[in-house]
Amino acid sequence: MISFARIRAVMFKEVKQLARDRLTFAMIVMIPLIQLTLFGYAINTDVRHIPVALVDQSHNQTGRLLLETVRATQIVNFTKTFDTPKAAKAAIGTGEVRAVLVIPHDINQRLAQQRALAHWLVDGTDSVIGGAISGLQNMPFTLDPKSANAGQTLLDANNTFEVALYYNPSRRTAVNIVPGLLAVILSMTMVLFTSIAIVRERERGNLELLITTPVRPLELMIAKIVPYIFVGLIQVVIVLGLGYLMFDVPIHGKPHEILLGSLLFISASLALGLLISTLARSQLQAMQMTLFVLLPSILLSGFMFPYEGMPVAAQWIAEALPATHFMRIIRGLVLRSAELSSLWQDSLWLGAFTLFGVFFAARRFTKTLD
Amino acid sequence: MTELVIQAHNLSKQFGTLKAVDNISLKVEKGNIYGFLGPNGCGKSTTIRVLTGLLTPTTGQVEVLGLAIPRQADALRLRIGYMTQKFSLYEDLTVEENLFFMGQIYGLAGTELKARCLEQIDTYGLHALQKQMVGGMSGGEKQRLSLACATINKPELLFLDEPTSAVDPENRRDFWEKLFDLSEQGTTILVTTHYMDEAERCHRLAIMESGAIRADGSPDELMQKMGVNIVEVKTSGLRSLKSKLIANEQVRSAAQLGVRLRVLVYEQIPNPIDWLKSQYPELHNAELTQARPTLEDVFVSVTGDSRE
Repeated sequence: MISFARIRAVMFKEVKQLARDRLTFAMIVMIPLIQLTLFGYAINTDVRHIPVALVDQSHNQTGRLLLETVRATQIVNFTKTFDTPKAAKAAIGTGEVRAVLVIPHDINQRLAQQRALAHWLVDGTDSVIGGAISGLQNMPFTLDPKSANAGQTLLDANNTFEVALYYNPSRRTAVNIVPGLLAVILSMTMVLFTSIAIVRERERGNLELLITTPVRPLELMIAKIVPYIFVGLIQVVIVLGLGYLMFDVPIHGKPHEILLGSLLFISASLALGLLISTLARSQLQAMQMTLFVLLPSILLSGFMFPYEGMPVAAQWIAEALPATHFMRIIRGLVLRSAELSSLWQDSLWLGAFTLFGVFFAARRFTKTLD
Repeated sequence: MTELVIQAHNLSKQFGTLKAVDNISLKVEKGNIYGFLGPNGCGKSTTIRVLTGLLTPTTGQVEVLGLAIPRQADALRLRIGYMTQKFSLYEDLTVEENLFFMGQIYGLAGTELKARCLEQIDTYGLHALQKQMVGGMSGGEKQRLSLACATINKPELLFLDEPTSAVDPENRRDFWEKLFDLSEQGTTILVTTHYMDEAERCHRLAIMESGAIRADGSPDELMQKMGVNIVEVKTSGLRSLKSKLIANEQVRSAAQLGVRLRVLVYEQIPNPIDWLKSQYPELHNAELTQARPTLEDVFVSVTGDSRE
């Protein structure tokens, strides 16, 4: 016979425990909150303000008018100007800009001949960005702003722009997803492994003995990280290898640079995990905290949705996550054959994050039981 | 005067509102086996943790091996061994691997490390277990390994926190043999226990209750200065007799041991057997004998609810 009194007793006990377990309680509130704001608000596939460069070779009224019309769409932001298309293409390689608008010197002639007026050189690795700029292809353009309102365009039959997609001309998503997936997989495993590392010793009682020995906190932290660096590098080889063999993802960058870039991110993730480990009281708590890092790492790092599509506040959070920086590095290296040195800002950030992470973890790990 | 290894003055440790250790002072001489006897939760473990620098004392001064604790705890760690109450070695490593690990942590390397590990394996009879995973070992085996690891750095001072709580009596005897060996080699040992037979083996003893030291001295001293005579009563109806006796002001306590009742009568009564017979007529035909005091009697007489 089912006893409702017993059910009620267990139920109330459960609620009490839940209310006292602050972290689980926080998860109940925070996860839907984060998910909702990220998906509903921050995540905007209708991308705007993509940073692009301009190469204006026309230096005339038509060119300036075309530029104004493009600006008015708000899809792109002209952040740089270059003299030659070659220099502009290099800026795409380093990830400074996502596309370049090249306005040729013969724009008036093209207008008269009803040919495409200008060129877009686009970084095609992120298909959402590529799609947004390709959407400009049929942008209505007229020399007289008034007639545009009447729906009359000078170029109705043809495209306004010629669009050249670089690095991923067939716009396959796998090309962009696989290197991004590397960042997500590494965040998941690296942070999780180390976040458990110290708490496990605490839970099993090993820690009480360990802290009576001469082991120093920094020694312990470094020793906990190093073995997992190799685990991480194995994962890099597996993910990129499978991506190449199964999904035809081209690997343009130099292998040693890819490994070095990955190494920076692996170290940063391990340091982050270690920091969590010194904060958590149990293995379960460590895993819950890991989830808090993992969620924004997947949603905000540029893996699922382009960074440019996010509002400024979300971009700040994204900047704080190691995954965002690695996303830029690994896509730059693997897909656009960029040099690691040209991605120095992101590399430096990961390096600094690692040092601070290990340092703070060692600081937080005191050799007392107080 | 002999060298003092541990000196603590007016030591207190408070957790929130709970006074785990309440103003204790302590002196431990070199080469002694010093015991802390007391019930669970009386502050034994907390005292050990303060002495090893794991906990910061709320008030009081601590000096261990001439080092001010907790300030110089790092220097102390190289010179002490510590065996935790709960088994704290790695269960997913073998006996040998655990020993090697602890040796390396204490700065041993190469042939020196190997030799020291073999020596410890020999001393603590771990030969047959060398390659065995620790997780599956018995309480006695784990405890031998713990002691082997705790002494791998040849510590001058060894802290043992309830070392034999998970061990059968035979293993406990062997364990104490090892402790006496260590003591003879000059190691000072501080051990906590709630077993009377174990406490009796210590050179000196402090009886703790509710964070305070109720009595200290050698086991013999403690038994002598107890201030009670002990009478063993063999009769029927012991339960009701016991409740009558402990109501008497002259009786310190009464405890039943099988068919006998062990009665502690204050020393003011010159002849306790006659006194008991005169006070309780039902005891006229009972068998009353005077008994030698044990440590348990000491423990009962300095602690417990009947204490003023």
